[in-house]
Amino acid sequence: MRQLAQRHGWSAGLLVLLLLLLALTKFIQPSFGAVGLENLTRAALPFAFATAAMAVVVIVGGIDLSVASMMAACSVTVAVLMETLGGIPAILITLGVGATMGAVNGGLVVLTRVPDIVVTLAMLYVWEGTALLILNSPGGSMVGWMQSSIAGSFIIDGFPKALILTTICVAVLWVPIKRSKLGLSIYATGSDENAAFRSGVATGRTRVTAYALGGVFAAMGGISLAMLTGIGEPVAGPYLMASVAAVVLGGVVLGGGRGGLLGPIIAVFILRIVRTILTLAAVDPNVTTIVEGTIMVGVVMMGALLTMRGRKAT
Amino acid sequence: MIDKKSRTELLNASSVAKNFGAVQALSDATLNVSAGQVVALMGANGAGKSTFVKILTGAIKPSGGRVLIRGKEARVGSPAAARASGLVPVYQEPSLIPDLNLAENLRLTDINADAFRIYAEALGQTNLSLRAMISDLPLATLRIIDLARALASNPDVLLLDEITAALPTDLVERVLRVVRQKADEGCGIIYISHRFTEISELCDTATVLRDGRTVGDLAIEPGVENRVIELMLGAKIDLNTQRQVTRKTKLGVLPHLSVSGLKVAPKLDDVSFDLYPGEVLGVVALEGQGQDQLFDALAGFVRPNQGEIKVKSIPRAFFHPADAIASGLTLVPGDRAEALLSERSVHENVALPFSSKICNWGPLKLRHEKARVEQAIKRLQIDTRAKGEVQRLSGGNQQKVTIGRWLATGVDTLLLFDPTRGIDVRTKRQIYPLVRELAANGSAILFYTSELQEVKLACDRAMIIFNGQVVDIIDAADADESTLIRAAYGLSGKKEVA
Repeated sequence: MRQLAQRHGWSAGLLVLLLLLLALTKFIQPSFGAVGLENLTRAALPFAFATAAMAVVVIVGGIDLSVASMMAACSVTVAVLMETLGGIPAILITLGVGATMGAVNGGLVVLTRVPDIVVTLAMLYVWEGTALLILNSPGGSMVGWMQSSIAGSFIIDGFPKALILTTICVAVLWVPIKRSKLGLSIYATGSDENAAFRSGVATGRTRVTAYALGGVFAAMGGISLAMLTGIGEPVAGPYLMASVAAVVLGGVVLGGGRGGLLGPIIAVFILRIVRTILTLAAVDPNVTTIVEGTIMVGVVMMGALLTMRGRKAT
Repeated sequence: MIDKKSRTELLNASSVAKNFGAVQALSDATLNVSAGQVVALMGANGAGKSTFVKILTGAIKPSGGRVLIRGKEARVGSPAAARASGLVPVYQEPSLIPDLNLAENLRLTDINADAFRIYAEALGQTNLSLRAMISDLPLATLRIIDLARALASNPDVLLLDEITAALPTDLVERVLRVVRQKADEGCGIIYISHRFTEISELCDTATVLRDGRTVGDLAIEPGVENRVIELMLGAKIDLNTQRQVTRKTKLGVLPHLSVSGLKVAPKLDDVSFDLYPGEVLGVVALEGQGQDQLFDALAGFVRPNQGEIKVKSIPRAFFHPADAIASGLTLVPGDRAEALLSERSVHENVALPFSSKICNWGPLKLRHEKARVEQAIKRLQIDTRAKGEVQRLSGGNQQKVTIGRWLATGVDTLLLFDPTRGIDVRTKRQIYPLVRELAANGSAILFYTSELQEVKLACDRAMIIFNGQVVDIIDAADADESTLIRAAYGLSGKKEVA
């Protein structure tokens, strides 16, 4: 039980914070209800997938700066394919494209032994260019059922479909992997690559797989972008820095080996809702970013402090 | 014990060679391990032992020879492959993943938890929780876990590298008993240790490496230590530079550095000595006997757990390397890259330590500096063509810069950590006079060396550390290699050993 609390303590803390912020929103704007919640989760959708992509790569001990570019490339891919192939095949192909892009990133990191941050910075430009080649201005189209699948609530009011979709997509992919030997290898490689190598983990292959997994999440992010707007957008959105922020706030240690996907995704919602609150409170948009940054530093510092206290107590 | 002929041969490594560029680390290493046999793999520093271990465990690939496990060519491309072919190593540093719990670590290496538990209990870890996080466990426990995990994997051959190093005595007993039992069940064991007592208690034979080749296989019997040491030393290579300097330790002089009861976790236990001006005190120790901690503590990198460091009779506590330097203790680290600005010129590197002395604020008085630097560089006999960037110098010349710059600056106490490692003989011969000259100028020098013959060439006295404690301090005149190596292995100085 204590173990469980320790492992999920950070996520639980974030969840409490999220609920407090929701209550605060309701307090500031009494009319905030099911519709507001729906809009919030829908807007958070691409952020959530970008964060999941980043989190997997950070856990294996790397970082992928090309997340936002991969999302843009996938969003135009799915929008273009959708016109000829229809919904499901377009989605499947795009997921494959995402996996390939991620694997290329990871493969280059492993083969060239150039630091992750340099390789993926270079790939940021490569994927950006690729996206513009596929579609040089916003275009393409989406089938109707996809757009409606993230609008509105599921069965009961105040239970947004977008939230369900995020949860299902991430859980279906991540939970089985995390429980498998591959998941262990990912954590092992991120935690201590040398020890993992000596324990017989194929660390290179594990890295590539984690990057590919990140690519799949980025593809989901790209598809969700297209679903939100109904078209493909070749220019990358503000998802790179936002995903790093959410990963850090979500309790994943930069450097690898620790954390999960639950924390970062809750963190995405926290960061989004903070924005909503500040908008509702009519705060200057420029001040908003200052507040966001301050919250991040504050929360991470608090977390470190609490962990230290806990260590002393035991 | 089992009859030798009836044993099946488990591991057969023959003519294994490995070169790194032009350096031949291993030329002809051979090792045989049969079922039920515990073989000690021995060799002095630089004999190629660690290279051989890395090849056997798949961390690096050999450039010649072959390794057969159960008669089959072992595909030792990686640790995973070595494991799969039946050789399981336990390294000096535990190879457990710090951020996973014990159960997950077992799952990662496909070890059955029940089998693991049986061995862990036999090794005295009775209430070990499988949910325990590795990063929360103490080092001794981790080593036991690592060993139990390897035992539970039922290997054909088990390689144990200094398994008892970080363990308390009662655990050592248990480990030896369990390992012996595993061998009696038919496992072959390669045992690497610096401790003769353990080897004579546990091992059946010893394979001795010297200069990259196997020079002997001995059955372990009483008195075998002498033979092993002879083999490890071999014919001595004469460096042809008998020291001309005579020792002049002035009595009644205050020591520059006085250390008493120094204890630094995890390896240094209890070290006391005095270091006088004008003296070179050699430190002799096998790898990992606490010498790293001793130098780290003296240089202010770590704080000692116990004991006192007095500099010129004043007790000092160092919170930062700068404190140590300010009180006159200067470290020349074993890794040259740590001491030099590799992209800057020889001039700048020589000038660096005393820039601070000449002028604290404002521009440096370049002319004044230049004269002294020029003098020092001339003294170093460095090829001037490569002076523009230190990194273009050979390793030996770089080392001359790290030591020689203190000639220009003047230094109270110099801590030299294995300054001649990986340097050619000619440059070595230029380094010893540098060290002597520093001493003649009144510096006190602590000189750790992994090459025993250097003690006679450069030192006045030698302090031998074994297991974190000073076993002896002897005059360099009496410090022939076999005396030193016996002491370094914790054997008594005298020839007759029971």
